[in-house]
Amino acid sequence: MPKSDDVWEVNRERDGQTKPFESNLPKKGAIGQTFAPVAGFGVTLRNFFRPTVTEQYPRVKTPPMPRYHGRHQLNRHPDGLEKCIGCELCAWACPADAIYVEGDSNTADNQVSPGERYGRVYQINYLRCIFCGLCIEACPTRALTMTNEYELAGPTREGLIYEKQDLLAPMGKNMLAAPHPMVPGTTDDNYYRQEVTEPVEEQIEWVREHRSDDPTLPENVKAATAASEGGRD
Amino acid sequence: MTATADKATVAPVDTVTLTIDGTEVTVPKGTMIIRAAEQVGIEIPRFCDHPALKPVGACRQCLVDVAAPDREGNVRAFPKPQPSCAMAATDGMVVNTQDTSEEAERAQKGVMELLLINHPLDCPTCDKGGECPLQNQALSAGNAESRFVDTKRVFEKPLPLSSEILLDRERCILCQRCTRFSKEIAGDAFIDLQNRGAMQQIGTFDEDVLGFDGYGPVGVAAEDESGKAFSSYFSGNTVQICPVGALTSAAYRFRSRPFDLVSSPGVSEHDSSGSAIRVDHRHGTVMRRLADLDPVVNEDWITDKDRFAFKWQNLDDRLTKPLMRNDEGDLVEVPWPDAIAAVAAGLAHATREEDAKGAAILPGGRITLEDAYAYGKFARIVLSTNDVDTRSRIASDEEQSFLGAHVAGTGLGVTFADLEKAPSVLLVGFEAEDEGGVVFLRMFKSVGKQQVFTVAPLVSPGSAKLGATLVPAVPGAEGAALAGLDKDAVKALSEEGAVIIVGERAAGSAGALTEALKLSRKTGARIAWIPRRAGERGAVDAGALPGLLPGGRDAGSAKARAEVAKVWGVDDLPGARGRDAAAILVAAGAKRLDALIVGGVTPSDLTGDALKALENTPFVVSLEVRRSEVSDYADVVLPVAPPTEKSGTYVNWEGRLRGFATAIPTDAIPDHRVLSLIAREMGVDLGTHSLAAIANEIAALGTTEASARPKAPAVKRAAEKASKKKDLVLASWHQLVDEGSLQDGEPYLAGTGRTAVARVSQATADALGVTDGMVTLMGRSRRSLELPVHVTDMVDGVVWVPSKSPGSWVARDLGLEPGDSISVKGGV
Ligand code: SF4
Ligand code: SF4
Ligand code: SF4
Ligand code: FES
Repeated sequence: MPKSDDVWEVNRERDGQTKPFESNLPKKGAIGQTFAPVAGFGVTLRNFFRPTVTEQYPRVKTPPMPRYHGRHQLNRHPDGLEKCIGCELCAWACPADAIYVEGDSNTADNQVSPGERYGRVYQINYLRCIFCGLCIEACPTRALTMTNEYELAGPTREGLIYEKQDLLAPMGKNMLAAPHPMVPGTTDDNYYRQEVTEPVEEQIEWVREHRSDDPTLPENVKAATAASEGGRD
Repeated sequence: MTATADKATVAPVDTVTLTIDGTEVTVPKGTMIIRAAEQVGIEIPRFCDHPALKPVGACRQCLVDVAAPDREGNVRAFPKPQPSCAMAATDGMVVNTQDTSEEAERAQKGVMELLLINHPLDCPTCDKGGECPLQNQALSAGNAESRFVDTKRVFEKPLPLSSEILLDRERCILCQRCTRFSKEIAGDAFIDLQNRGAMQQIGTFDEDVLGFDGYGPVGVAAEDESGKAFSSYFSGNTVQICPVGALTSAAYRFRSRPFDLVSSPGVSEHDSSGSAIRVDHRHGTVMRRLADLDPVVNEDWITDKDRFAFKWQNLDDRLTKPLMRNDEGDLVEVPWPDAIAAVAAGLAHATREEDAKGAAILPGGRITLEDAYAYGKFARIVLSTNDVDTRSRIASDEEQSFLGAHVAGTGLGVTFADLEKAPSVLLVGFEAEDEGGVVFLRMFKSVGKQQVFTVAPLVSPGSAKLGATLVPAVPGAEGAALAGLDKDAVKALSEEGAVIIVGERAAGSAGALTEALKLSRKTGARIAWIPRRAGERGAVDAGALPGLLPGGRDAGSAKARAEVAKVWGVDDLPGARGRDAAAILVAAGAKRLDALIVGGVTPSDLTGDALKALENTPFVVSLEVRRSEVSDYADVVLPVAPPTEKSGTYVNWEGRLRGFATAIPTDAIPDHRVLSLIAREMGVDLGTHSLAAIANEIAALGTTEASARPKAPAVKRAAEKASKKKDLVLASWHQLVDEGSLQDGEPYLAGTGRTAVARVSQATADALGVTDGMVTLMGRSRRSLELPVHVTDMVDGVVWVPSKSPGSWVARDLGLEPGDSISVKGGV
């Protein structure tokens, strides 16, 4: 069996090179040469005396950095109307073509976001998303932001295409679930300037009339809290 | 004739030479600077300028520095920048655009800043976002930052100008493209500028909507019958040319963004003009259609029907799998091979058994040339019959001879350009606006220069816009009117280039086509036949009429049959006289047919009792895109591809081939392939499996010489009906936007249609004793129509109603054709 040096020899001969091979690396001293075969363990040994960085995931979950690019979230205005207007700018910005949006008209019976337009279909495909965050930069209404959630794995393709209901932010305190009319006398501009801070009585009345069992109605919230507190006793 | 037309345009033109940004360019005299700049690849920003509209200089975005020689020949600069879209180039002019002149650049930036002052900047909500000239040019020719800090002017939005067209006045930059289009191109000025200064806005003339406060409209408002504004048949074009998102359509509102869309060129399936369209689709669903520029056919424009009516192809009743009757008699989905086998067996039974009564085909008038060819060939060599007729409408033998002698396979005849240049045009049984669409737009271009005569019972709104002179004729007596045409009209038609247009309704009037031909011979005016449906002309060329074989051959001539039989590789073709569509229905109704193949025919369009015919036929096969009334009677229903999902060719009325490719590939198959599959199952190689195969055969067949063509018709003209004492004569035609089945599923478009009224003359109204309120029209089949009466300046003794508008389905509810007598009663 030819040794590798033999092969080298043959090749050199073939190429007509006669000078012996010279390495460019600096030559080590005598001690260096002696310890060369075990020098690599130095790194290992050094780390015996350093603090451990191993994370005990999933047993211990460490929060990522505050501006970590995690799962997206579709935010709501303080009165519960959705911020997304279905403009597709996020989809347009996305380099991975991960977002699919279909807009639609808000109507008197179905006012989902302030103004004329809302996002009827909203999907993010987490098999495509590269978490670059270009979409949230593109969003004109700050509807789309990113959370710190990084646990995005799953056994099926469908499961990793998140729909609007999977992405919508949870209802905050006092929020009233959309659809319901805008605060009377306001325009979408007032919403963008954050002048709307909570649902007003007219909106609550409207929801009461159209969806009396809506869990975000104040009375239903109260009942639910009472029930859960009662259950705890 | 084309040669003479060409000669006229080739005449030497005066040119001028000017310098734009240091580049010399020579252009014809009268060319605007902006066009000259385009020729040397310099783009000047613009909004109001549109190549098809007259210059107006409304937006001032195109300002450039101009210097021109004065009387002594010294090149002197204009004191201020000039609008390049409204200033004609002159010899020796020196133009510096934003690329070379700081002043021009500053002027453009200033204009842009002013245009944006009141602009709401709501691009994310706006439908135009992503394809908006204002967005693009604000970036290329605007300042990066706005200095405007005050409150912007607000308007209520959107303001519906019609059910289809929505106006956002905040976004409007008052370029007036829309109003100029309405006035110059469509001729219906339903919208115009209103108010002054910051409150200047586009609007309809409905004072209530706009909340005029002490102001009134300046011009006289043109109002349509429905009392609604902007119910123009061409309003969709304003959406396309609006350079901002001020005009949008309800149908496309918030549906998608330009980057979602795949655009495929296409040809409209709605009329015989074959307008070029662009089909924009997203994930296999058509989102919208736009006009494509085709200078020889539709120029920049299409009708609203071409633009908005496409949903019919994909409604819930769309067929995707073949259906067949099971043992219980219900239609159930079956695999293709089973369905084809069943059809083959049924047709073999109906045509090849002893004492079989035979089969007939009604392909409908909406098919492509290739499909029509396949139907015609299938009838002749598989079913051995001449009973095939695409004319599921008013038709006659006279028409068939006319088509055979003068239309079939004659190639390009009168063209759109000829029509535009014609010094005079005579319309017979044809309404340019309602039945022609872009034909009307072409004629309107020549309004004032062209004398138009219309042989009709009344001057329709469309004809009025063309300034047409009425040649009064009671429906059915058009022949007599043509024979008695007055001297002025004859003289006008004798001018070189004059055109006589006959519509499909001319077939309903005995002798009208004969007289039109006579008149054409007498005056030298050329004849053009403009049917309504897209497939009619192709079917005539391809021989899908009982008496016509491909290439204008007479099915009754042995020589013609031999020619065709040779190409088709068969011994002989059936020589027995074929029945036309009406006769086929009568025969089927009387149980004299064993099988019927029905294509895209809507029973409610037929005067004859189609449903009885279907019921009395033992074996009915339906080839349809959607489940229809025919399916209810069919034994086998075979789904065929709608126009968007297939390739093919329409032949437009000019005789121009309008080929189109598949916009959305699916597994739907076109009629000609379905027929080829059935034929193969029956042991016949139809040779229509591919477009290429059909094209080769059609080329091999070519056209024939006069001896193998049908003779020109010589039918005695009908005298005016001596109507029974109280009966009137029915006049009717299809309005462009109505309840035709290809407009299904599009409520916004339907809302722009005109409401149905029954028109009668004052004298007739007096005789009936109704001048307003409702009248009842009694039909043949005990059914009736009730419509509001509208006294109109028209021929006495005639009542006009639209053919298929809401509440006025003439064929289904009256069972009458135009020219039939009808009893009308006042009151309900
Ligand atoms: S984070 Fe980047 S890749 Fe992911 S959806 Fe947004 S734009 Fe697309
Ligand atoms: S998330 Fe933002 S960018 Fe995306 S569609 Fe909604 S509003 Fe537009
Ligand atoms: S609506 Fe559009 S086309 Fe009409 S004037 Fe305004 S910007 Fe121009
Ligand atoms: S484009 Fe010239 S003034 Fe508008």
